Amino acid sequence: MLHLWLIPALPLAGFLINGLAGRRLPKALVNAVGIGSVALSFLWVLKTVLAVEAWDAAHVERYFTWIESGDFRVGFDLAVDRLSTVMLLVVTGVGLLIHIYSAGYMAHEGGYYRFFAYLNLFMFFMLLLVLAANYLLLFVGWEGVGLCSYLLIGFWFLKKSASNAANKAFIVNRIGDFGFLLAMFLMVVTFGSLDFGTVFGAVEGKPPGTLTLIALLLMLGAAGKSAQVPLYVWLPDAMEGPTPVSALIHAATMVTAGVYMVSRSWLLYTHAPGALEVVACVGLFTAVFSATIGLVQTDLKKIFAYSTVSQLGYMFLGLGVGAFSAGIFHLMTHAFFKALLFLGAGSVIHALAGEQDIRNMGGLRKHTPWTFLTLMCAGVAIAGIPPFSGFHSKDAILLAALHHAPWMYWVGVITAAMTAFYVFRALFLTFFGRYRGSAHPHESPAVMLAPLAVLAGLSLAGGYFPVTHWLDPVFHTEEGSHAAWAVWTSVAAGLSGIALAYLFYVARPGLADALASSLRGLYTLIYNKYFVDEMYDTAVVRPVVSGSRGFLWKVVDAGIIDGAVNGIGARARDIGGLLRLLQSGNIRNYAAWVVAGSILMILGIGMWGGAR
Amino acid sequence: MILAWLIVIPLAAGVLAWPAARLGNAWPRWISLAALALNAVLTISLWAAGGALPGVRGAWAAELDWPWIADLGIRFHLGMDGFSFLLLMLTFVLGILSVLASWREITSGTGFFHLNLMWILAGITGVFLALDLFLFYFAWELMIVPMYFLISIWGHERRVYAALKFFIFTQVSGLLMLVAILALYFAHHAATGVYTLQYTDLIGTPLDAGAARWIMLGFFVAFAVKLPVFPLHTWLPDAHTEAPTAGSVILAGLMLKTGGYGLLRFVVPLFPGAAREFAPFALLLAVIGILYGAVLAFAQTDLKRLVAYTSVSHLGFVLMGAFAWNDLALAGALMTMIAHGLSTGALFVIVGAIQQRIHTREIEGMGGLWAVAPYMSGAAMFFTMASLGLPGLGDFVGEFLVLAGTYRVAPWHAVLAAIGVLASALYGLKLIQRAFHGPNVHQLAFPDLRPREALMMAVMIGMLIWLGVYPQPMLRAFAPALDALQQLTETAGHAVR
Repeated sequence: MLHLWLIPALPLAGFLINGLAGRRLPKALVNAVGIGSVALSFLWVLKTVLAVEAWDAAHVERYFTWIESGDFRVGFDLAVDRLSTVMLLVVTGVGLLIHIYSAGYMAHEGGYYRFFAYLNLFMFFMLLLVLAANYLLLFVGWEGVGLCSYLLIGFWFLKKSASNAANKAFIVNRIGDFGFLLAMFLMVVTFGSLDFGTVFGAVEGKPPGTLTLIALLLMLGAAGKSAQVPLYVWLPDAMEGPTPVSALIHAATMVTAGVYMVSRSWLLYTHAPGALEVVACVGLFTAVFSATIGLVQTDLKKIFAYSTVSQLGYMFLGLGVGAFSAGIFHLMTHAFFKALLFLGAGSVIHALAGEQDIRNMGGLRKHTPWTFLTLMCAGVAIAGIPPFSGFHSKDAILLAALHHAPWMYWVGVITAAMTAFYVFRALFLTFFGRYRGSAHPHESPAVMLAPLAVLAGLSLAGGYFPVTHWLDPVFHTEEGSHAAWAVWTSVAAGLSGIALAYLFYVARPGLADALASSLRGLYTLIYNKYFVDEMYDTAVVRPVVSGSRGFLWKVVDAGIIDGAVNGIGARARDIGGLLRLLQSGNIRNYAAWVVAGSILMILGIGMWGGAR
Repeated sequence: MILAWLIVIPLAAGVLAWPAARLGNAWPRWISLAALALNAVLTISLWAAGGALPGVRGAWAAELDWPWIADLGIRFHLGMDGFSFLLLMLTFVLGILSVLASWREITSGTGFFHLNLMWILAGITGVFLALDLFLFYFAWELMIVPMYFLISIWGHERRVYAALKFFIFTQVSGLLMLVAILALYFAHHAATGVYTLQYTDLIGTPLDAGAARWIMLGFFVAFAVKLPVFPLHTWLPDAHTEAPTAGSVILAGLMLKTGGYGLLRFVVPLFPGAAREFAPFALLLAVIGILYGAVLAFAQTDLKRLVAYTSVSHLGFVLMGAFAWNDLALAGALMTMIAHGLSTGALFVIVGAIQQRIHTREIEGMGGLWAVAPYMSGAAMFFTMASLGLPGLGDFVGEFLVLAGTYRVAPWHAVLAAIGVLASALYGLKLIQRAFHGPNVHQLAFPDLRPREALMMAVMIGMLIWLGVYPQPMLRAFAPALDALQQLTETAGHAVR
């Protein structure tokens, strides 16, 4: 026994302490509980990793039977293997850094204890998701992190926009969960179990059509959680939450749950090549689509949010072309540099007393030198400049894409150029030129800068963690091609993106505006995010809201059904007592209604029976 | 013997509570609490002592069979299996909850209030125990009249209207059931020459397909009104909304469950063939109810009405499980009944507490309550999440099992019903956003949960987590009862599947 349960249980204990008693605890104690529980969890992960002797198979711990009915059984089982090890280290490691950062960032906010309680609860569910040994337990974590995401996006619940964004995130995720649920029903029917071992052991020989359907439904779930087209719309809005939340949940960990889940199900997918192709195409399209939106946004956090959507698309591209270990590798490096980008952005926003619009920044290099330095590290990492971390993982994906289908490689390279451009556009506009705002910029405290420094180190050197090597025994990946020209091309794309950004926003400011006004129509389209939100609003949201109220309630329920019950002209206030009612004829209406309903049913069954 | 006490104790406590109110308002409350606690203890001890009795048909842990009206074949026949055991426990827990919830709300006519409350609970107990159809019908009627008084005397603005509507819906459908019982009684005599109203005897009564269809529908309509099934649901939002908190808790938590209990205990086992024919139609009604209830809940502006409509949606899963009729679906239907009783009961308590503090149920009159009463809001968030099927809590286990079981026999119905899981997020989040989030525009200020309320909430939260994380004791408790039901259905000669 490795006592895997301790890993999620420690943050859960933190949640309980801060959630129930945090209101009355001093801040230092809230910090100690919130950060300490995650630190202990991280240490327990390290201990677990060192304690596992044989990595050939998953180490499973079965605690108790969760649900058993007839021949169906789901256990409360946790497991650790090579794949979950990577996830555990990323979640607890990056999670710990962000918890520490939050102690500084949130120091002046009301509901401080509530924030840490929610963060700890998130860690619990995320670790449960990673450690689960069956789909249903994974689903508990899956929905749990969704709940925490909802709670934390809406942390400033007094703001209507935050509350709306939280609802949007939850509901869009539920659309994905609908797919996940159906996939599980199909698995119960097909495999009689939801246990990873049982399901993957029985994949061989099952009808490919069924496997493809299961894989596609799971992908729908993954698209919701990991913000892929067409369900990506919640993630940019989720930036309403406090910045540490954006870094932890909406960049480094939760949004990668879909990538993890698909990788976890890799055996299903490799037996359903059609579904795998869909994963690749969805990922690639999401990557390039959201990168174009990122080019023109002006809110610092929104730029990074679209970048997250785009990078998640990259990961799915990796999975879709069969390079599962490359996808997970990119998941890890992305966790480093994207968490850093967000925390750095938080440091900037902190310095400017809440300003998020890059048009009102500039010249911050001098005021916040450490933030500037660390963000530049994240920038070169995400742009794929060798030898920094993003270069290694992105290259692994692009080479696999080239091997799979050259056009995918080329689209990926163009996306890489755009990525480098918009990240450096944001960085140049923030740190170079002269300051355009009116606040008094100041550098952040050490408690915030220290996590930035650690993440900067990881962003620079994280590419040398032997993740693909570590994971290869899991996925049995074949050796990809090592075309040197392809590597250099993608590096050149990244460099040219940076150069172009330098030209537009440092060397020749004004050039960008001129270009935008000459391409007015295209610019408006992209600036407004292709009007996707507006389309969803018109096609889905409005009909549901007004249809439920205006039609179903007022017309069908209160009008037709209840109207028939009450009888025409019989009003509620006319009903006095039972005796008077007996004579007034209302009772006949009620009785008639019940009888009529019964007759309808009887007719229904009669006709149905007759038809047989 | 103890089984009879389970009914007699609340009846007697009610009679005792009425005059006791003269000594002070606290007396009827404590008498009721004591009676319900005693019942709970008795039930648990009976269950612990029972196990499955050898030689008894089915899986009865306790049985009581006294002669009553011998000439007519009527006996005072009670039996408790795992199915009734869990519903009885739910009855006493929610009974205690309703007494506690009325502590401050009901200050006039306290004695008569508790008389009604206890008699309703006695009737519900009888419904869950009766194995004689006459006794069953008697108990069925017993719970209706005091509920009528409860709504019409202690209810809100439109209480008389709502009470009458409730009374007439249930009464007329109850009469249909009576007719169906009599038809079955005579049909049994015609086939065997014996007059009997014993449940175990009537199972397997040879009926021609047409008669079985009609008689089954008589039962079905009575239970469908209670459950409620679309389009017989319109009494529910009015009754739930206008009733005092205790009435809403009992209506949603228990009285709707008598409908589900009837479907599982009587409709399918007594008429397996007809039920099998009817199943596609019933599953369709279930899907409509699930989606319709959820969307209508979303449309409401009255918080209590919103919660009331969610019951239409949730109980659709019970109907679905009853007619999918396999291990998973039946277990799920039962779990849904228990978990829905707890989560919705608690939501009604919270809504009642809010109404008592700010004197409105309109969502527009709320907003920003989180800043005012964080503990109450946290509890509301919890029960909303339970209600919208968050995994790890009781409701999810029930709905997941129903859907997984239904998927085996009717995949498309399960797929459509799964959309209801999505739709539940709409009303759940609307409830939270409009009532608890946002700025406190109405400048509301009121005390957070009182210790008594906090205790109730804590117990309900604990039970829902228990049901969600470790439902095995429940599932094991009713597994033999469900097996027995399925066997009865098989041996009756017409397998439903």
